[in-house]
Amino acid sequence: MKNEFQVIADLIEKDKKVLDVGCADGTLMKFLKDNKNINIRGLEISKEKVQECIAKGLTVIEGNAEKDLKQFPDKSFDYVVLSQTLQAFLNPELVLDELLRVGKKAIVTIPNFGYWKVRFHLLLKGTMPITKTLPDEWYNTPNLHMCTIKDFFHFVKSKDIKIFKSLALNNLNSSVINKSNLGVKNLFADLGIFLIEK
Amino acid sequence: MNTEKNIKTLIVKKPLKLDCGKTIKDFPIAYETYGSLNSKKDNAILVFHALTGDQFVTGINPMTNKEGWWSYAVGPDKAIDTNKYFVICSNVIGGCMGSYGPSHKDPDQKIFGTNFPVITINDMVNAQYNLLDHFGIDKLFSITGGSMGGMQVLQFISNFPDKSKTVIPIATTSSHSAQNIAFNELGRQAITADSNWKDGNYTSNETNPGKGLAVARMAAHITYLSKKGLQEKFGRKLQEREDLKFGFDADFQIESYLRYQGSVFVDRFDANSYLYITRAMDYFDLAKQFNGNLSEAFINTNAKFFIISFTSDWLYPTQENKDIVIALNSIGADVGFVEIESDKGHDSFLLDVPDFLNALKNFLDKSYEEN
Repeated sequence: MKNEFQVIADLIEKDKKVLDVGCADGTLMKFLKDNKNINIRGLEISKEKVQECIAKGLTVIEGNAEKDLKQFPDKSFDYVVLSQTLQAFLNPELVLDELLRVGKKAIVTIPNFGYWKVRFHLLLKGTMPITKTLPDEWYNTPNLHMCTIKDFFHFVKSKDIKIFKSLALNNLNSSVINKSNLGVKNLFADLGIFLIEK
Repeated sequence: MNTEKNIKTLIVKKPLKLDCGKTIKDFPIAYETYGSLNSKKDNAILVFHALTGDQFVTGINPMTNKEGWWSYAVGPDKAIDTNKYFVICSNVIGGCMGSYGPSHKDPDQKIFGTNFPVITINDMVNAQYNLLDHFGIDKLFSITGGSMGGMQVLQFISNFPDKSKTVIPIATTSSHSAQNIAFNELGRQAITADSNWKDGNYTSNETNPGKGLAVARMAAHITYLSKKGLQEKFGRKLQEREDLKFGFDADFQIESYLRYQGSVFVDRFDANSYLYITRAMDYFDLAKQFNGNLSEAFINTNAKFFIISFTSDWLYPTQENKDIVIALNSIGADVGFVEIESDKGHDSFLLDVPDFLNALKNFLDKSYEEN
């Protein structure tokens, strides 16, 4: 399992009710179910991935977060997880609002466009950055709204969303982001992980 | 119509009050089983059949000598694995494969015909519930069915919320749509317009309203397929002829196919039963039973739901299946949902659609492992 999922799993206490939005093949869901006795549900747009989840014995709803989150009642999950998908929605703000409505807390991870490799790629090569976390070309990337850790930090503050924990992930190392190290973390982390609440 | 020896029957002694207000008792329910019930009695799956189905789910149907209606899904090593599970299916009341219906006799030994009480989906499942007592099953492992079978699944878990661990409604609806009522009415009008129908008082095979019933079947059959599926299978291909004949014989293969479907149907189905069962479907509106709030129908159950629809099903489209998912999610129920890609229309659930059969198998087997 990738390190990001390990960090997410560590943020969730045992026996909670969790919704994994864009759960893909259910790797994180299966881990949470087997290791933390989590009552876990998934929402996934790809029919193939939904089938993979069913084969793992996971409860998944085929659907689209932008349309289908609204069917869940307010605060019906302890945590709602959204891994590296926020930037791919037509309206990320609306999705973020929905995550925080449905979940008592939300865990959102974002690929960091402020990562030094991304900056260098654009600066030196003059072409759209391609990195491990951003592997696609500009013409076939699902990403519509890239942002940096700093952007996201400011964005949630402006919406009066409470940040419980923000972590910078670089390869295997995760470290806490705070106001004073924000600039540095924004340069050296390729992924940001945020535990938030509204 | 039936040779009784092939039909297993449970006589229900307990009176059953029907939605129409009448009460029936000492009535037969014809059923069939596959696989064996284990000692813990925790491996039973109750399958509900659709409009023209019967209790003969798989293997050779002894009455028609054809494959059972869900042979693709049910059997040894299949999605509903009869090596593992004990499958029970019964003919719905109002039907014509041995369960109490309009071709039965009333207490005065006169064939009911249209004097048979109008029945509902609710009446059907209340009647079938008696099978649990019969087999001494406290809780089913699963209930499943497609189309009208799915309606029975929804009604069953609403009526008996703690009687099944898992619930699998397939290609169905919680409320019969105007379009579907319209198609059913077309079928009923075809039957009642046949001069042999005689207000339902036909008695022998020679004088039954076979033509009307065949037309009803032909019209319905079109609704079970998709435009794309029909086009790919038949297109404008001609039936055993080089050119158009400038007449009204079956020039096109699709015409011949529909005529064949109509003619084989009348050999195995009773016209009055067709009227009764389509009426039951039309009356089905589960939300209405709960003052318009479908979620209330499921508020008392902890069962695990898995809902399946098909992309090309325009009779019970994905949205109507999703409405059930939405109602369940709004009360925090355990519900999974998948829409299967298929161009085989509503009939997809009866056919060899691997994505569907795999999903069904995986859901059942994984849920059973967790038992």
